[in-house]
Amino acid sequence: MSEKKHSKIAAVLSVIFMGLGQIYNKQYIKGGLWAAFELIVLVFFTKTVIHGLWGIITLGDTPQVRQRGRVVDPGDHSILLMAEGLLVIIALVFIFTIYYLSVRDAFLVGKLREQGAKINNIKQSMKSIWDNGFPYILITPTAICMILLTVFPLVYTALIAFTNYSSPNYLPPKALVDWVGLDQFVRLFSMDSWRGTFVGVFSWTVVWAVLSTVLVVFAGLFVAVVLSQKVVKFTKFWRNIYIIPWAVPGFVSILIFRNMYNGEFGVINKMLNSVGIPSVGWLSDPMWAKAAILLTNLWLGFPFWMALFTAVLTTISKELYEAAEVDGATIIQQFKHITFPIVMVAAVPLMVFTFAFNFNQLTFIYLMTEGNPVNADYTYAGHTDILLSWIFKMTLNNGQYAISSAVAVVVFLIIALFAYFNLRNTKALKGDAH
Amino acid sequence: MFNPKVKKAINMVIVYGILVALVIICLFPVYFIFIGSVNPGESLHSSKIFPSPAEWTWSHYSDLFDKYQYVTWYKNTILVATANMLISTVFGVLSGYAFSKFRFKGKRQGLMAIIILQMFPTIMGMIAIYTLLGAFGLLDTHLGYVLVLAAGSVAFNTWIVKGFFDGIPNSLMEAARIDGASNMEVFAKVMLPLALPIISFIAFNSFIGASMDFIMAEVILRSSSNWTLAQGLFTLVSGQENNNFTVFAAGAVLISIPLMVLFFVFQRYIVEGMTAGAEKG
Repeated sequence: MSEKKHSKIAAVLSVIFMGLGQIYNKQYIKGGLWAAFELIVLVFFTKTVIHGLWGIITLGDTPQVRQRGRVVDPGDHSILLMAEGLLVIIALVFIFTIYYLSVRDAFLVGKLREQGAKINNIKQSMKSIWDNGFPYILITPTAICMILLTVFPLVYTALIAFTNYSSPNYLPPKALVDWVGLDQFVRLFSMDSWRGTFVGVFSWTVVWAVLSTVLVVFAGLFVAVVLSQKVVKFTKFWRNIYIIPWAVPGFVSILIFRNMYNGEFGVINKMLNSVGIPSVGWLSDPMWAKAAILLTNLWLGFPFWMALFTAVLTTISKELYEAAEVDGATIIQQFKHITFPIVMVAAVPLMVFTFAFNFNQLTFIYLMTEGNPVNADYTYAGHTDILLSWIFKMTLNNGQYAISSAVAVVVFLIIALFAYFNLRNTKALKGDAH
Repeated sequence: MFNPKVKKAINMVIVYGILVALVIICLFPVYFIFIGSVNPGESLHSSKIFPSPAEWTWSHYSDLFDKYQYVTWYKNTILVATANMLISTVFGVLSGYAFSKFRFKGKRQGLMAIIILQMFPTIMGMIAIYTLLGAFGLLDTHLGYVLVLAAGSVAFNTWIVKGFFDGIPNSLMEAARIDGASNMEVFAKVMLPLALPIISFIAFNSFIGASMDFIMAEVILRSSSNWTLAQGLFTLVSGQENNNFTVFAAGAVLISIPLMVLFFVFQRYIVEGMTAGAEKG
């Protein structure tokens, strides 16, 4: 046999059974470990894999059987079968990656033999793994955590959008769930009640995300500019007071405002009444409820931007303003042509981030109004519900899992679009070609 | 039109007028919640904005401990927040360091995945998380809740830590390598001590993030003995009548004070961390 074919023979052997190629390469311990791995997978997981794949394809075929209210045959739990199937697929991806690595390893070591180079023994291999694999070891915990608790749930949610999983007729374990293709999306965009709710909630979500971001940024800038005036003494003292809204725990301040806005007993209406203005239906009138939400967000959000802009303003050279004054520029002109362009360079990336954050700011809306006041034209949503809180309500209170997952998929797409534009402008990735 | 002195005076009046108005706006809700907690009576309805100090009562504070499970909620919150802080800080520092200081296959894709994933809120996978935790028997347990929270904050932490290490010159690391230090030694003895400010920032952030969360807690923690403070306090004021407003106010004061103190201690790091993360992003 020619000495030049080690790499191919080793690779083919490893394809046939993991580890054979390594044994052929005389790396017996390593080969033994790979082989043991495949053996364990074959012996203990074959059944699981077959059952998992069957489950995710069919979503079960035996409905639950009950006689006189007692469960005789538990039947198949479609949703758990789907979860199992998805986990099996993730595991298979891992196994095949490891398989690929073993073939590649056999091939490369075979290549080394062809060139007559010295082959690492097991101790050297281990050391090389520890040295070269160090970054992988560092990211493994994060990767596992994110794959199981972030990626898996997102994919799973997307899958549910293509089923009919919903209350009251398709709720396991009592009934089976089926794949229905694009039906939920068709319902969402063609049935009037659903489309109307979607369009309404979506528009408010966008309005909320834009206004909540722009308002806090400009309020923060305004306060920072006022604080930077020469006449202001004790700047630090004022700034520390203005930072207090940021320091109060978020859910506490939202709940405080919820009480202050209370239509009947709230302190804001009491104060309005005391100066002769009639009560405002802060949380019961749709327009005022939205205004109340935006005002509260303003209170909560401006300190961060004030702090940021204060830091930026100190970096602007005084000479610029002096030169402008010599040229006879007014304060407004100075702001427009010097201050504003400089601070916006620092602010825009953060504004994009804030916008994306507010787009999904479910906690705030829920604690403040729970999506109320009720909108009679909407399906499972109120006037102040944003997409995320609508999804939350449909899921937790109404069991409309499938269609709420369809809405979630739409939100995924919007966020993905956003992420794409964000990535294009990311310096950290641009300068990082390796 | 005006002589400069008058102009300066007007300017001063306007500026200080704005400053004082802002102080009132910033402090009023804080005052309102404090005065609510010492108001006699129970509901928002009977709360006065300016009760005379003679009327003040501290009984709502003792009610928290006698009539409600406030201590349990407090303990749960601290437990959950600390666990989340430990897990997501350690994981985030390890992976952030790897992404910043090593070249390896899949690095670019990994970073891309992290930026994209941190934009998807954990709650989007609610149904799946609910099912998954149920399947593993982790529903309504703090362990399940902490895992979900940590997974949610680890991407952000990784990104911030990476940004920080990017600013530390590689020559430092190479010098240590030449002196014969192993990967582990370089990391533990050279890099970690340098990273203390950013570690404090993400630790603080993770702690606060977990103690502030309401939605995920609402999905996972169902029984009142497992609730966190956010859930407990929400039930005190979520009804129309606000019957327990004063007790809520007392509870809110007791949670706010320590967190505000923490905030002011870490303030420097917070502003630095936020802006550093943003510039790199």
